[in-house]
Amino acid sequence: MSTIQETVAKTDAAAVDAPPKKSMALGRTTSLVMLVALLIVPLFVKNFVIFQLTMLLIYGIAVLALNILTGGSGQFSLGQSAFYAIGAYAAAILIEIGNVNYVLTLPIAGIICFAVGFLFGFPALRLSGVYLALATFALAVAMPQLLKLGVFEPWTGGVQGLVVTKPDAPFGLPISQDMWLYYFTLVVALVIYIASVNLLRSRSGRAMMAIRDNEIAASAMGVDISMYKTLAFGVSAGITGVAGALGAIAVQFVAPDSYTFQLAIALFLGMVVGGVGWLPGSLAGAAFIVFVPNIAEGISKGLSGAFFGVLLFLVIYLVPHGARQGAIYAETLLHKLRRS
Amino acid sequence: MPVFQRQAAALSAALMIFAATSTAAFAQKKYDPGATDTEIKIGNIMPYSGPASAYGVIGKTEAAYFKMINDKGGINGRKINFISYDDAYSPPKTVEQARKLVESDEVLLIFNSLGTPPNSAIHKYMNSKKVPQLFVATGATKWNDPKDFPWTMGWQPNYQSETQIYAKYILKHMPKAKIAVLYQNDDYGKDYLKGLLDGLGAKAKSMIVVQESYETSEPTIDNHIVKLKASGADVFVNITTPKFAAQAIKKIAEIGWKPTHFLNNVSASVGSVIKPAGYENSQDIISAAYLKDASDPQWNKDPGMEAFYAFMKKDFPDGNVLDGGTVVGYGVAQTLVEVLRKCGDNLTRANVMKQAASLKDFRTGVLLPGIQINTSATDFAPLSQLQLMKFKGQKWELFGDVISADTNG
Repeated sequence: MSTIQETVAKTDAAAVDAPPKKSMALGRTTSLVMLVALLIVPLFVKNFVIFQLTMLLIYGIAVLALNILTGGSGQFSLGQSAFYAIGAYAAAILIEIGNVNYVLTLPIAGIICFAVGFLFGFPALRLSGVYLALATFALAVAMPQLLKLGVFEPWTGGVQGLVVTKPDAPFGLPISQDMWLYYFTLVVALVIYIASVNLLRSRSGRAMMAIRDNEIAASAMGVDISMYKTLAFGVSAGITGVAGALGAIAVQFVAPDSYTFQLAIALFLGMVVGGVGWLPGSLAGAAFIVFVPNIAEGISKGLSGAFFGVLLFLVIYLVPHGARQGAIYAETLLHKLRRS
Repeated sequence: MPVFQRQAAALSAALMIFAATSTAAFAQKKYDPGATDTEIKIGNIMPYSGPASAYGVIGKTEAAYFKMINDKGGINGRKINFISYDDAYSPPKTVEQARKLVESDEVLLIFNSLGTPPNSAIHKYMNSKKVPQLFVATGATKWNDPKDFPWTMGWQPNYQSETQIYAKYILKHMPKAKIAVLYQNDDYGKDYLKGLLDGLGAKAKSMIVVQESYETSEPTIDNHIVKLKASGADVFVNITTPKFAAQAIKKIAEIGWKPTHFLNNVSASVGSVIKPAGYENSQDIISAAYLKDASDPQWNKDPGMEAFYAFMKKDFPDGNVLDGGTVVGYGVAQTLVEVLRKCGDNLTRANVMKQAASLKDFRTGVLLPGIQINTSATDFAPLSQLQLMKFKGQKWELFGDVISADTNG
């Protein structure tokens, strides 16, 4: 835990030093290159890779949500998998039982999760740091069992889960279901990303960061601490819920075993690897949690967990600030090259 | 345009001749993705990590078995390329791995993927892709549904058939029984319970005096046992996983309850349940089995088991003979080899399913005597027979005939 806290503390300092815009988003050129890459790559790869890229974007959104909470307002959460599960189940139930269009399920899932997160934010106010992490962890552990409860079974399908129908491309577009879902997810991800960057640069964002940096100073300046803390929780949960809903549509299946605390840990890991408080890093963090387990498995089947640990250790040791550190390094290198 | 017409006619004639000769020449050899003249690609998904990692040994046994088959020359001259991925028992990961196997590795079929939730997650996908999801490693009853899911098939006897057999026995030998049931509150427990209720039929309501369920998160189930005893039941149907089964057997002896005790096959292992619970506490417990018990000395001279022991010693020395997973992996791998052998040179996905659905009285070396694998176009449950057994001294003694259950998903 101490390493992580140290990381947060260090990046905090950097976030204060740098102008807010730069610390939050990539430069214009880099952003455009990334966007073009995300737009073009699916045209040249197999459907299976497109599916993986879709999952990458979805986990990216979930990591981004955690980043707003931890990087933005300085609160820990190991319970994001619970919100992800609620979003996923909300979408699955609406689509399969309510016959709602899948596009409409995203905002509904988001609103439900926002409400749940906002409410959970109130008891969480009394806790901070490690204690808050543990309280949210309890939420993550409880969620799979709550989903198995017999009371909800007519809707949730109990342990058997629910199968979700995959949407076809609309307007008779001649692209595969996977590709359509990818571009759909990409649009949602972009909207959420831009909105999040703007949120953190707004008055509310500044208030959240002020709380993160020094709670007492923030309240002295007239920031409504409980309001902004719960708001951060709500926004984060809402975005996670949208990611969960997208995940349910992409995977076409929801079951309690999909949303164990391991998912929460994975999202947390993605945030640290991507760089705490640096939103574009969310994508890098998501790439880590989607692809590195496969690489580890490729190295050794029996010791995949151990190799995953080694790779994680290397990342933490070599680039403790995550992808952000790598990006800064690459940018300075580019500047040097341009000058020479 | 007579010239064009003549050319077209000649072309189509040539095409027809080509088509005719090519079908004649390749009549015996037909391939779908994953099969060639030299290789058959088989996909598999196992929880090598995560909460169910103990089952990973099944995948390792299968890999060792296919390697042995390859060393002996393969199947009809083709080597098996067994690609096994880890899903950590997490359904979204299963979907990713299944898609990787089907779309990237292009396997002929996915074989013996493990667990009910992981298999449920890919059930629809496999059937829409028309790729066989063959011999899944779960006892849920829903895999036997050839009408709606013609590309999915189970292997082991399903949970419902086992409790149906107990119900048949109870109705026949103890028609006045008062039954107490303890079951694990999940798909496995509920599937078993449904089999019992169906088997008892109209009499279920009057015969079952108490039903208790427990969660896997409970540290002990002692309080449930006390409650069951208080109901005055004289038959106890014990639907629990190994750890809890051992607790139940111990507690029953401790509080001096003497019901006729039916223990589900999941927990019939002598090594992991009976021995920890104490042999003296386990006398006369009734259970059912379809596989030979590797710890039972009566099979030492059995040719099928001798082959199994030899395989374990030579080809899979890391494996534990007493681990039930090795016996299962061996038996199911043998069944797949039989199916692929019957496919001959027609290695299409459709033919694989056709051959898998036309097994007649097939036996693997590890099945109990008299138990056979039978499938048909309307019966996708390869194993549906079990034999009752009673615990005597330090081992299970089989008794009665092999009983068939008749459940349809």
